[in-house]
Amino acid sequence: METKETVQVNSESVFNVTDLSVSYGDFVAIKNVNMDITKNKITAFIGPSGCGKSTLIRSFNRMNDLILGAKVNGTITYQGVDLYDKMVDPVQVRRRIGMVFQKPNPFPKTIKENITFGLKVNNMTDNMDDRVEKALTQAALWDEVKDDLDKNALELSGGQQQRLCIARTIAVEPDTILMDEPCSALDPVATKKIEDLMQELVKEFSILIVTHNMQQASRSSDYCAFFTTKTSDDGKRRTGELVEFNETSVMFTTPDKELTEQYISGRFG
Amino acid sequence: MPESIEKNMSNETLITGKKAENAIKESLFLFTLYICVTIAILTLMTLIYDVLSTGTTRLTSDYEVGLITKIQIDNPIDFLTTLDSRYPDRAGIGPAFAGTVWLMIIVVSVTFPFGTGAAIYLQEFAPKNKITRFIELNLTNLAGVPSVIYGLLGLAVFVRLAGFGRSVLSGGLTLTLLILPVVIVASREALKAVPDTIRQGALALGATKFQAVFRQVVPSAIPGMVTGMVLGLSRAIGETAPLIFMGALTYVNYFPDTPLSGFTAIPIQVYNWIGYPQAEWKETASAGIILLLGLLLIMNSLAIFIRNRYEKDL
Repeated sequence: METKETVQVNSESVFNVTDLSVSYGDFVAIKNVNMDITKNKITAFIGPSGCGKSTLIRSFNRMNDLILGAKVNGTITYQGVDLYDKMVDPVQVRRRIGMVFQKPNPFPKTIKENITFGLKVNNMTDNMDDRVEKALTQAALWDEVKDDLDKNALELSGGQQQRLCIARTIAVEPDTILMDEPCSALDPVATKKIEDLMQELVKEFSILIVTHNMQQASRSSDYCAFFTTKTSDDGKRRTGELVEFNETSVMFTTPDKELTEQYISGRFG
Repeated sequence: MPESIEKNMSNETLITGKKAENAIKESLFLFTLYICVTIAILTLMTLIYDVLSTGTTRLTSDYEVGLITKIQIDNPIDFLTTLDSRYPDRAGIGPAFAGTVWLMIIVVSVTFPFGTGAAIYLQEFAPKNKITRFIELNLTNLAGVPSVIYGLLGLAVFVRLAGFGRSVLSGGLTLTLLILPVVIVASREALKAVPDTIRQGALALGATKFQAVFRQVVPSAIPGMVTGMVLGLSRAIGETAPLIFMGALTYVNYFPDTPLSGFTAIPIQVYNWIGYPQAEWKETASAGIILLLGLLLIMNSLAIFIRNRYEKDL
């Protein structure tokens, strides 16, 4: 295996991933990942189930810290800072790198409180009403909920809940948003809204998205990373690996690897 | 067996001839279940009927039975407020009722902070190691320890060692020990029921673990915790053995006015009255039981109300 001696810090990149592997106890979920994530672009992670996409995206804001026995090897630098350095505070990391989850997970409180919670824990309590309005407007939800800000967030539809989760994430003004299959629990109409929203948000934020939906990856991402699972020689262990990482337009027309071509054309996976 | 597969696909297999047989089996099973339920309910009803039919005479105004009927206690309020007496028709449950209220106040104010605190620590913060598992195992065991043992502990620790004497404070603390494991286990269940996505959502916004737990997880779990607390409390007010063991008084003719006063509680008072030979005491005792049942009913209804009121918000 080749080792990269020097990391090329591209001024355009927000993350530089070097020889990254993540394991849970003895089980290696994903290994040998090397990639640079470009700023203010949408980068999609695709690949079959169990290839470690979600594991990987969770290591970008240290959410893997919360899982017992999870261990990250290799380095991820965020704007030149090693995220897993001992001096780095994971709470501050998560504040700068927001995350939207697979299943909409609004807090069982009012719509407004869902947004103000993040503001309060980050001491952004000035002009709270303005911040709430701005975040909801950015998330394309303001017009639908402006009269019901005190309604319980759980009364919203699934798509609205997910946009509320996006709103509360951008309210704390991160610069990167990680999305772990944000549309997998939504219908096509709600999915379309989130995709349109991503195109708006990417002007201001860098976006990483895990998706199972090839069309979604091809129509909304700028870069695309394809992962697959490799089975160990004894056939007992499956480990995720990065197969190909390229501009989406290139990958979906002239992929380098045959495996990628098979996957995106639906003949495998 | 390809033949049988083919056969199974045909419409003939829809008519098995076993329909009637299955129906009989099912109704037999259902009947057995009904019997079980009926026995349980009948037992309870008999108990309640017996107590009500005996005790209500003592709680209504036209009470005329008894050898000595010089002073009439006319209504339930009098029964709740008057002192105990040598005469069954004059005996009120006042001091015991006041003692039970004192106990409840002490038990709630000690159990709530300690019980929820321990539950929050164990569920949200404690490292998952052998010591934690050992503590968890012991908690579950403690919840099943006979209540008399707690009475002994209360006698040794609170009455003698801490020097609180046979006071209402010692009684309250003893009952606290008794229900603490139950409350901790119930509170942990309530915390466990809060979806992990709530914790992750809070942490992903840059909240610290502490903020995520105390501003999102605990508020979501409060209804469950309060329910556990109320159920624990209703167990505590029905307890007699540990209080008698730690030395609560049986004949008290004053209202406890400080935490260090001697006291008696409703179940002890009832136990005491039932011990007298005269038939009239039975009525007085039954009136006491009605009061205790009423209190339990109110508290359990409160627990159900809290649960239903807040459950759907999660």
